Amino acid sequence: MTAPTLTARPTRSKLFDGLTRYVPIGATIGLLAALYLGGVANYPNFDNPQVVAKLFIDNAPLLVVAVGMTFVILSGGIDLSVGSVMAFATMACAWLTVDAGVAAPLATVLVLAFGTAWGLLVGAVIHYFHVQPFIATLVGLFLFRGLTLQISATDVSMREIGFFQWGMTHVDFGEVRDGGFWLPYLSFVAFAVVAVAFVVLHYTRFGRGVYAVGGSETSALLMGLPVARTKIGVYAISGCCAALAGVLAAFATKSANPLANVGTELDAIAAVVIGGTLLTGGAGFVLGTVAGVMVWGMLNTLIAFQGNLSSWWARIVMGALLLAFILLQRVLARSGEKRRT
Amino acid sequence: MNAYAKRLLWPVLILLALIAVNIVATGVDFIVPSVNDDGRLGGAFVNILRRSAPLLLIALGMTLVIATKGIDLSVGAVYAIGAAIACQTIIDAPDQTAGGLVLAAVALALAATAAIGAWNGVMVAHFGIQPIVATLVLMIAGRGIAQLVTGGQIPKVQDASPFTELGRGAFLTVPIPIWIAALVLTALALLTRRTALGMLLESVGGNPEASRLAGIRSRGITVLVYLVCGLCAGLAGLIGAANLGSADANNGGLWIELDAILAVVIGGTALLGGRFFLLGTAIGVVIIGTLEDTIINVGLSSQWQFTAKAVVVFAVALLQSPEFRGWVLRPLRRRPEAPAPAQAEEAAS
Repeated sequence: MTAPTLTARPTRSKLFDGLTRYVPIGATIGLLAALYLGGVANYPNFDNPQVVAKLFIDNAPLLVVAVGMTFVILSGGIDLSVGSVMAFATMACAWLTVDAGVAAPLATVLVLAFGTAWGLLVGAVIHYFHVQPFIATLVGLFLFRGLTLQISATDVSMREIGFFQWGMTHVDFGEVRDGGFWLPYLSFVAFAVVAVAFVVLHYTRFGRGVYAVGGSETSALLMGLPVARTKIGVYAISGCCAALAGVLAAFATKSANPLANVGTELDAIAAVVIGGTLLTGGAGFVLGTVAGVMVWGMLNTLIAFQGNLSSWWARIVMGALLLAFILLQRVLARSGEKRRT
Repeated sequence: MNAYAKRLLWPVLILLALIAVNIVATGVDFIVPSVNDDGRLGGAFVNILRRSAPLLLIALGMTLVIATKGIDLSVGAVYAIGAAIACQTIIDAPDQTAGGLVLAAVALALAATAAIGAWNGVMVAHFGIQPIVATLVLMIAGRGIAQLVTGGQIPKVQDASPFTELGRGAFLTVPIPIWIAALVLTALALLTRRTALGMLLESVGGNPEASRLAGIRSRGITVLVYLVCGLCAGLAGLIGAANLGSADANNGGLWIELDAILAVVIGGTALLGGRFFLLGTAIGVVIIGTLEDTIINVGLSSQWQFTAKAVVVFAVALLQSPEFRGWVLRPLRRRPEAPAPAQAEEAAS
């Protein structure tokens, strides 16, 4: 009268267990190295360290957005609103400081608080009312693009505001001519965000919760994990990151364009997936996202060095890479299933 | 009143309310079609229908995809690809007014977009990739492909080319885009409601594995549905390009996938799959088209469009959520079901 199905050792997913989980990120890093070496071999001055530093200057806002997106995707959700929230944050900075005369530091804090509050609201709607993340964040995509256009349908300059000069103030690491490089403060802000995200995701209870909810929400609930807090938290983080990215964009360009960042959400999602995070949630790394953003930046750099290619090639290659990584994840998942049986 | 009619009640009421607002703002001329000097049907409402035709085509394809529990994010990019292929083929030819050339260009564009749709379907059905992820690939890369087809330029077709008739012409006084949209709607409605195909679709959406075990060719049906969706998106791109006489790879059909999903949801098709209402989708499309005109007619700037759409998405999403309805209606229902702590806990957890 034994019931083998009850006494047998519970099977658990071997997907992304052990060394297998490092395969996608290993592929990304290999790809990154190949792109860099290919650039060095083909173009003069590509080995200048400033080429790598420039990746973190041009893509600092995208990096911050992608880190926020990593949290959401790890928890099994998606956030389509980040591009619009980013444009809105930049525009709100300009509006508060130039038109309303609010002190710039206070304006920045207000914008960040607003982004976080919006994320909390969206997270609450998704969790309590079971609205699909896709639809709930679609609201933000339309709403903030509309609000941004209503504040101003044309570019607004922030050159007169001294505070926004701070972001591009740079730290020199040796002379650029002698193989040195420089980085502006806004890159360090992005690095700080990555460091904080890394610690939160891998070394705190909240971070464990994000992985657990992404793996299986029901299991997380049955284990007594605070599912509501985790799910609402990831959208708040994403909203805050998107607002911060908007502030960084304000630092970088010192102007607000109402049609900026259309499609940034797609770049961020692609960077996260190419960085080895499973789009269904539950597996991935923040540092992989950094590698994913670097791949995107490296593609654009290569196209700029080549000179005669349309910038659209970056999107096409990114789409092809996305496809390759999705198929790689499927193959790993299938082999995991085979080993189990 | 059957369930089908009940489902359509709310969308129809919203549409009537929007039309009423427009009539108050601009007069009865809004709804009454007029006949232009060149013998074509005109008037504000007919124009809304004509401009909504591409969105309707895409939304119909999207309805079928959503019925199988899928989603197709790539339709905006496919729209751009279809438009780019047709326009580029025509301007590359020596004589743009040749009828055979236009037919060949249209056929080429439709074949390419159908192939793209089938590709999406194969990714979903045979590789087992989530629809949202599988179609995201082409959403990201698709506009780049369209850009490659046009070589980074915006190809402009001569006004004399018969191709433009597809967007601007009229047959029996009714604009051709409306004819095409109506034909596709009728064909799909007949195909899904007069044959078993509709039931098979809903079955696949409900549970693909169970359907397969019941003898339904789930994978074939899934591929077919994405193929039709790609074809509809390509056709929509052709109409849009013919109307403008040009194909803009960057901005042609930008965000049309979101509008299409919105129209499907307004029309009462649940994103969870297993049920679909083609007529509801059509009403949803007309609601979106009318909404855009309403904003202008009541004196708001066109930038309010986005905000208005956001409000509509939010309202529809909340109204379709059983948890939200329970939460809102709880105070009203307290008396008949007094001991309802379980329900309260459910809403709070």
